Amino acid sequence: MSLDKDQVQHIAVLARLHLADDEFAETVQKLSRIVDFVDQLVAAPTDDVVPMAHPVNQAQRLRPDRVSEPNDREHLQQNAAETSDGLYLVPKVIE
Amino acid sequence: MSRNWEVVIGLEIHTQLATKSKIFSGAATAYGAAPNTQACLVDLGYPGTLPVLNEEVVRMATKFGLAVNAEIARRSVFARKNYFYPDLPKGYQISQYELPIVGEGELFIEDADGKQKRIGITRAHLEEDAGKSIHEGLDRHSGIDLNRAGTPLLEIVSEPDLRSAQEAVAYMRKIHSIVRYLEISDGNMQEGSFRCDANVSVRPRGQEKLGTRAELKNLNSFRFVEKAINYEVERQIEILEDGGEVVQETRLYDSDKDETRSMRSKEEANDYRYFPDPDLLPVEIDEEYIAAVRATLPELPAAKQQRFIEQYSIKPEDADILTTSRALADYFETAAGATDGKAQVVANWVIGELTGALNKESLEIEQSPVSPEALAQLVSRISDDTISGKIAKEVFEAMWRGEGSADAIIEAKGLRQITDNSAIEAIVDQVIAANPGQAAEYRAGKDKLIGFFVGQVMKETQGKANPGAVNKLLKDKLSG
Repeated sequence: MSLDKDQVQHIAVLARLHLADDEFAETVQKLSRIVDFVDQLVAAPTDDVVPMAHPVNQAQRLRPDRVSEPNDREHLQQNAAETSDGLYLVPKVIE
Repeated sequence: MSRNWEVVIGLEIHTQLATKSKIFSGAATAYGAAPNTQACLVDLGYPGTLPVLNEEVVRMATKFGLAVNAEIARRSVFARKNYFYPDLPKGYQISQYELPIVGEGELFIEDADGKQKRIGITRAHLEEDAGKSIHEGLDRHSGIDLNRAGTPLLEIVSEPDLRSAQEAVAYMRKIHSIVRYLEISDGNMQEGSFRCDANVSVRPRGQEKLGTRAELKNLNSFRFVEKAINYEVERQIEILEDGGEVVQETRLYDSDKDETRSMRSKEEANDYRYFPDPDLLPVEIDEEYIAAVRATLPELPAAKQQRFIEQYSIKPEDADILTTSRALADYFETAAGATDGKAQVVANWVIGELTGALNKESLEIEQSPVSPEALAQLVSRISDDTISGKIAKEVFEAMWRGEGSADAIIEAKGLRQITDNSAIEAIVDQVIAANPGQAAEYRAGKDKLIGFFVGQVMKETQGKANPGAVNKLLKDKLSG
């Protein structure tokens, strides 16, 4: 098994996921299988290969610095669970 | 601060780039708009939207890199920095990690001994800002304003080359001055356009290995940077001298209490899981582009300071102050150019009276009610002996209040210096006659009383007598 229980727990915390005890063993196993699968790439000789940042071999196109998106707040906030005075409301975040 | 400890500081400065639209979307970036009126689908992290890079941020970052003598990456890559917070709707911030647009650079500050000191710049990278959370007055909720989400930032990271809070502030001021010269940021600290985090550690003098550092967050004024670092240095030295250990952590500076305190974040140690953003292709910059940007660079503060010293023969420290901003430097040059070789006097007035008056009313140099040409006329009236330096201050105040030009005010108020020696002589005689006691004491050797007599004559003439002439006449008469 390439991943242990602690690593999976750490990933779950980072992803804000709660794993029930009975799901845990299975999740460790499944995630490990994925990692093992991808790990086959390690065997490929890459000494002379330049790291690839993107599969499309092109450079980023740029856009001119122009304001093209007008205020659409009223429309966009129809999708929000709750708003107040133009603010999106979320459960209180305590610092 | 103890002589046994060496302070080591590195700064991360976040500069908001002065674009019209956001780094990856066409929403506006104007400051102070009503909440969420400048947040479009891309900024809100809607599914199916894609970021498109603003060409202006690439140009601005390149400009900065060239100004600090840095290598511009021919190929740079955007990466995702993953973390959860409600003001970051996508769940990641688009930043740069392994391949930033600006590589190693440098700038020079003056250290405590007035010597030039090189400060290394590790890198500068482009990233998007997050939104703003509002916690007050919303009961069980926090309010999220995403106007700032997607605002372009250039994060400038220094080497740990700074050795005191003063050096850190000097470095920060230089960067501030450079970004404003380049017109890539308004540098407005109240509005958060220019803010900094400081990595602070101490180590026993002579030790190679760096001490454990604390990161001080979000310092948004030069004064706070200095105070926060000084507090933090004291705190760390105290811990170490008591045999304790400094904990690596993030600390917030509380300006009301003038102390730093642990953020006690319950987050696990930062684990941002950076990876190249598949939504963005690598940014490629060629020689031609770099040459074109280089051609647009203005004269930078350090070069301008050197030129001022040589061209105008003013004091180096004055040249330093006058080149803090382009507008101030331009003001000085216009005024100095309109006088006949009185640049140092102009410098004194700009740094002294003018800056004092501007500060008092919280005005910028561009808003000065006294134009550089008007100030030049005032300086010329001092140098041609029309008025004394003391009277000039009175004239300046009247100019500031909008009462007209120096010449008009001098004429209207009858402030012209009395150059007629016989007129001064008469007053000198009168003053000596009125103060026989002091005259006798002076003659008996109490030289200091000359000041008293000069004062009396000045009073009689309402300050209009030439102080040099008064002095000479008094000495002649009193010793005669």
